[in-house]
Amino acid sequence: MAEQFVARGQDLELVGIRKEFPGFTAIENLDLKIPAGEFFALLGPSGCGKTTTLRIIAGLEEPTVGKVLIGGKDVTDTKPHQRPVNTVFQSYALFPHMSVLENVAFGLRQRKIEEPLPKATKALELVELEHLANRKPQQLSGGQQQRVALARALVNRPALLLLDEPLGALDLKLRRQMQVELKAIQMEVGLTFLHVTHDQEEAMDMADTVAVMNHGQIEQMGAPEALYDRPKTAFVARFLGQSNIFVGDVVENTEHTIAINVNGQRIAAPKLRSEKHEGKIAIGVRPEKATFHETKPQLGSEHNLVGPGEIIDIRFTGVSNQYLIDVPGFGDITVFAQNVGKSPVVELGAQVYVSWKVEHSFGLSDLPAKADNDEI
Amino acid sequence: MKFSLGKWLLPTYVALTFIFMMIPIVYTFIFSFNDVEKSNIAWKSFTFDNWLNVCAQPEVCHAFGNSIAIAVISTLVSTALGTAIAIALGRYKFKGRSATNLLLFLPMATPEVVMGAGLAAQFLDLGVAKGFWTIVIAHIMFTLSFVVVTVKARVATLDPRLEEAGSDLYANASSVFWRITFPLLLPGIMAAAMLSFALSFDDFIITQFNAGPDTTFPKFVYTAAARGIPPEANVIGSAVFIVAIAIVLVVQLRSSLKAKRLAK
Repeated sequence: MAEQFVARGQDLELVGIRKEFPGFTAIENLDLKIPAGEFFALLGPSGCGKTTTLRIIAGLEEPTVGKVLIGGKDVTDTKPHQRPVNTVFQSYALFPHMSVLENVAFGLRQRKIEEPLPKATKALELVELEHLANRKPQQLSGGQQQRVALARALVNRPALLLLDEPLGALDLKLRRQMQVELKAIQMEVGLTFLHVTHDQEEAMDMADTVAVMNHGQIEQMGAPEALYDRPKTAFVARFLGQSNIFVGDVVENTEHTIAINVNGQRIAAPKLRSEKHEGKIAIGVRPEKATFHETKPQLGSEHNLVGPGEIIDIRFTGVSNQYLIDVPGFGDITVFAQNVGKSPVVELGAQVYVSWKVEHSFGLSDLPAKADNDEI
Repeated sequence: MKFSLGKWLLPTYVALTFIFMMIPIVYTFIFSFNDVEKSNIAWKSFTFDNWLNVCAQPEVCHAFGNSIAIAVISTLVSTALGTAIAIALGRYKFKGRSATNLLLFLPMATPEVVMGAGLAAQFLDLGVAKGFWTIVIAHIMFTLSFVVVTVKARVATLDPRLEEAGSDLYANASSVFWRITFPLLLPGIMAAAMLSFALSFDDFIITQFNAGPDTTFPKFVYTAAARGIPPEANVIGSAVFIVAIAIVLVVQLRSSLKAKRLAK
């Protein structure tokens, strides 16, 4: 197994993985296929089972049920050191008693690869740290340690590189910089990357495919744009960006449109963008797709309109203003308005109407634990 | 100038304590240069002979050699065993782990007289002739707990992810241990070995019960004290003290230099 190492990434397949720990189940039933050479992100809140998934792939945990296949080969019963997989740990886990260069050369030496030191030096050049080769890891900054950890994994040219929130400990500026570098390195070396993170921006920014994980299951998987544009569950709608979600009974089910009744108001969504077409369903819209009007606008049926409501909070977030509008019967609706240089168009306490195009609505497959129009 | 009690009391107290502590050591050191005839109690004249011919009294050197041999063997065994126990206790969950943890404190808490007498009774029961190896066994028994406690403290600071990273980087179980676990535990293991050596070298009570006809340095000094300790014993005692102080100094200097280098 370990003798076969590849120049390019290999695909990974998880089949029916279930992982039970004493007292709880970390992973319910996981099926996943990551094509070779892809940058794949596993996104979820802490405790959703994403790190356990990573550890199962690396061989550091055994699944209770299920199989792990790398490049089509079943590796479920092999030890971590027999798998063509390397991990960049969240805490980096650099060996404190070895120099940076020896850290990077470790995997090569274990596999008895010729010329480990020149190869390790090359890997350090890739992350621009060759000048620190003789330092000890604890003499480096967090960002430098992160890059050493990356070089230590990349130098082995694994079929699959696992990244366990490797940017979590870095400050925002460094994190952005590392995201760009990581993406560039992945494109350059062409390996399969599996990136585990709870940072939705990071996942959307870097990955070709994002899988959103919750309670030990994958809720939705797809390209970042698709996931953002059409979340299918309430969890995805709220974890990946923000959403306004309304719950009501379906009152209209035509060829192209589904509409629900929310407190006497019609909220519509395109049928193609709706998971469910009858009964009590949830329809949502992204805050930046909604706009507000100081007077009641005259809009056709291609728009949803609610209001009037009172602006109860205005938050300046730099590129945009975030308005919180309390519409009776609809709860608090969030609207983003781009900050284009004008002073706030409306004051706190102003009465406004909120509208958005029907085509921007999305119908969810489940109901949120708490909808925006739930009366408190 | 006003006489300040607080300003003088503490330094005086410290100085007196040090003098009190140092008197026996200084006495031993000075009398190692005494030119004795019969007993080394009264000062006669200064000589280097005792230092130059330390084995003039063969019993002294034999006892000293015995002590060193026993300390080395028991330290090697108890450090190896103790390290394995410490890793098992620190890393793995198994049945009887807390019981083992508790039992380990027993030898440290039990009075040495009880331990020594108890072990002597066991040897008698089994019909084992007392001598060099019974002393070694006794020393392994009472140093083992100290090794486990010392190494376990080090195991607790060892991040298990480092070992995981090792196996992730293609190291099999034995490579992970020798390339990662062992080097990282080494400072703790060395400290445990030094402690074990000092305890073994120093021990009198347990040794007395289990030595039989054989002798160790402390036992020899005790027996000799009845009729006046030979100055060669003073020489060895002083030399051990000087070597120990030198080791401590070197270690301290090295770590402070290292700290300075890291701070740069």
